[in-house]
Amino acid sequence: MKKLLVLLAAVFCMAAASDPSERLPDPGQEARARAIFAEVRCLVCQNESIDDSSAELAADLRLLVRDQIRSGKSDDQVRTYLTDRYGEFVLLKPAFSWGNAVLWGAPFVVVILGVLLLLRNLRTPRPYAELSEAEAARLAALADKEQT
Amino acid sequence: MINEIGAFALVLALVLSLAQVGFSVAGRWRRSAVLAGAGAGAGLAAFGGVAIAFAALMHAFVTSDFSVANVAANSHTEKPMLYKVAGAWGSHEGSMLLWCLALTGFGAAVAGFRRGLPVGLKTVTVATQGALGTVFLAYTVLASNPFERLARIPIEGRSLNPLLQDPALAFHPPFLYAGYVGMSVVFSLAVAALVEGRADAAWARWVRPWTLMAWSLLTVGITLGAFWAYYELGWGGWWFWDPVENASFMPWLIATALLHSAIVTEKRGALAGWTVFLALAAFTFSMLGAFLVRSGVLTSVHAFAVDPTRGVLLLMILGVTAGAGFTLFAWRAPALSPGGVFAPVSRESALVLNNILLAAATVTVLLGTLYPLIREAATGEAISVGPPFFNLTFTPLMAALLILLPAGPLLAWKRGDALGVAQRLWVAALIAVACGLLAFAVVSPRKAMASAGLAMGAWLIIGALVELAERTRAFRGSRAETWRRLTGLPRGAWGMTFAHLGLGVFVLGACFETAWKAEAAETLAIGQTLNVGAYELTLDRIQGVDGPNYDAERATITARRDGALVCTPRPERRFYPTGGQTTSEVAICTQGASHLYVVLGERRPGEVWLVRAYWNPWALLIFLGPAIMALGGLISISDRRLRLAVGRRAVAE
Repeated sequence: MKKLLVLLAAVFCMAAASDPSERLPDPGQEARARAIFAEVRCLVCQNESIDDSSAELAADLRLLVRDQIRSGKSDDQVRTYLTDRYGEFVLLKPAFSWGNAVLWGAPFVVVILGVLLLLRNLRTPRPYAELSEAEAARLAALADKEQT
Repeated sequence: MINEIGAFALVLALVLSLAQVGFSVAGRWRRSAVLAGAGAGAGLAAFGGVAIAFAALMHAFVTSDFSVANVAANSHTEKPMLYKVAGAWGSHEGSMLLWCLALTGFGAAVAGFRRGLPVGLKTVTVATQGALGTVFLAYTVLASNPFERLARIPIEGRSLNPLLQDPALAFHPPFLYAGYVGMSVVFSLAVAALVEGRADAAWARWVRPWTLMAWSLLTVGITLGAFWAYYELGWGGWWFWDPVENASFMPWLIATALLHSAIVTEKRGALAGWTVFLALAAFTFSMLGAFLVRSGVLTSVHAFAVDPTRGVLLLMILGVTAGAGFTLFAWRAPALSPGGVFAPVSRESALVLNNILLAAATVTVLLGTLYPLIREAATGEAISVGPPFFNLTFTPLMAALLILLPAGPLLAWKRGDALGVAQRLWVAALIAVACGLLAFAVVSPRKAMASAGLAMGAWLIIGALVELAERTRAFRGSRAETWRRLTGLPRGAWGMTFAHLGLGVFVLGACFETAWKAEAAETLAIGQTLNVGAYELTLDRIQGVDGPNYDAERATITARRDGALVCTPRPERRFYPTGGQTTSEVAICTQGASHLYVVLGERRPGEVWLVRAYWNPWALLIFLGPAIMALGGLISISDRRLRLAVGRRAVAE
């Protein structure tokens, strides 16, 4: 148990992971910056966040976000600042807007539709179909064969 | 010369595939065993042709024959032999050939399969498989021929992207492709079921081994890809919700749904239409994946072999093939029998819920992947859909599925006993909740969601064990009886237990690693130290290394814990002069199920090096879990039930 504690106490140095030359002096601000990095797209990269990317533009964006945070902006203000400058494209989390209603709503619509279909299926009584004459005859023949 | 033989064999395979379609269709039409046999024979021969072509391409890569455009673009004389061989499928052309090899290979397997399948069903399956082969071989021959020669032969090749020169990635495509293309057999069987008008229990039983095979291979392929990303990209991430990953994940989700719905069709004759639909959808998603990866419509960290004009052709293939399949479905599916009835609380209902959630998850991944394209086309606004979206949508759907999962196998068919299941599972639930609470109390920092995730992992593992105990009457019957039941358990049951256990192991690893990983980075001079987790890393020395096709700086680092030496990671930073790229070769120390992950960064002024270190607790479980799941799939394939000559009755008809 103590082992676990020791192992995991180190988590607090999470925010130290980025390049030491870029880091903010205040660990609280640095942690906030890191959390935002994970949500910001490196615009020129192949689908990476600026937290992961080693591209120059990612470094510039990290600097930008850190500067904003250092100057006392809230997380939301930083996000707004970024979207004003680069458009919605820069955020990896799409906004909850009407334009994205299909995107956010679809998973739940599928589940609801599926459950409704299941309920309908459960409610419709489905008696076993009557055997046709040919089938009945064949069944009788099979039963006879079985007996002999 | 060998190159020309390869090119010739490839064209021959195309013609043979066409013959396969012709003979099989004629054989079915006239009910002629001779014609159908000729079709099957052509299928076997087509596989032979593609195999020869593939061997020829591999020969060109191994001997570094730079007169072949594909080799010149993707190989190099100094490249290690493994990557010369792997280079054969490292490019667009080569990987299409691998795709065709798998496609005709599975076609040949169906054609050569003697037991069980009724003649009509088999002939239509072989014909469909031949049609798929024809389309993809035609695409390979006409639009991306790997044997094209260069007029001016270069002295040296341009080499393979160094990131791709990695053992995990050398084996990743063959598994992934075999999985993707394995779904083609399921697709063909579905088409045959629609044509023949029978999607009954016997049909579901034939679909099962092929789905299991493809699913297992796909599981291994995706896991190898994730493992490659984990240690090759150099920051310890293993899943990015990247379009290319999503492209491989969607067929996997559909195949998982199919495995479960096929059980209902097999045991109870119900859901036949839905099972056929999923069987068509699985390969459709495989083809969609092939299109997304190659067309360049989406940007990705894994993107390779991108070419928009070829993308359009692939899109057409996708449209025609899937369109034909689903049109046939719309026309013929209403004729399929509706199957047996079941109560709201029953195994059938549980499996239907499983399918609803998996289908919703697939739609989520599909929309998350394609929505930026759709929105940009519709409104001109560009948006990004990244991990935060999937965490908010995909994760709750999966959580719901995981909560329901252990109850499913305990429910009886037709009418289940909810109270009885609750009685059997309350111990598991109690232990799982206790695990979660313990994690919440002990592991710092406190993370409620991650602790809940751990509880979920424990719930799955213990739930799977409870199910096993129920089947064997452990703790209730005598020990001898339990042993007898345990050894007499069908392989299919073992397969399910392993698959569900593996999922639990994966959930544990994924939650723990994601929530409680630790990172540290410092610029170190020789002799300086860096702390990560409970470990103290000292940079002992840096030396130059001459690799076969790269130059590297190798760091020797000692990792100590409480002063005691734990291991000496030797991460490298490699420079490949051919392409001018730099890659980092991560060093991983495995401590139990956890990884100490060390990366050497660039040299900075003043004889210091950037060293990054990660403590990834339980990271091994992330890759071990899927391996157990794939093993479960393989065990399940070997079930006696699937090898028996089922459907004799149908043959006699």
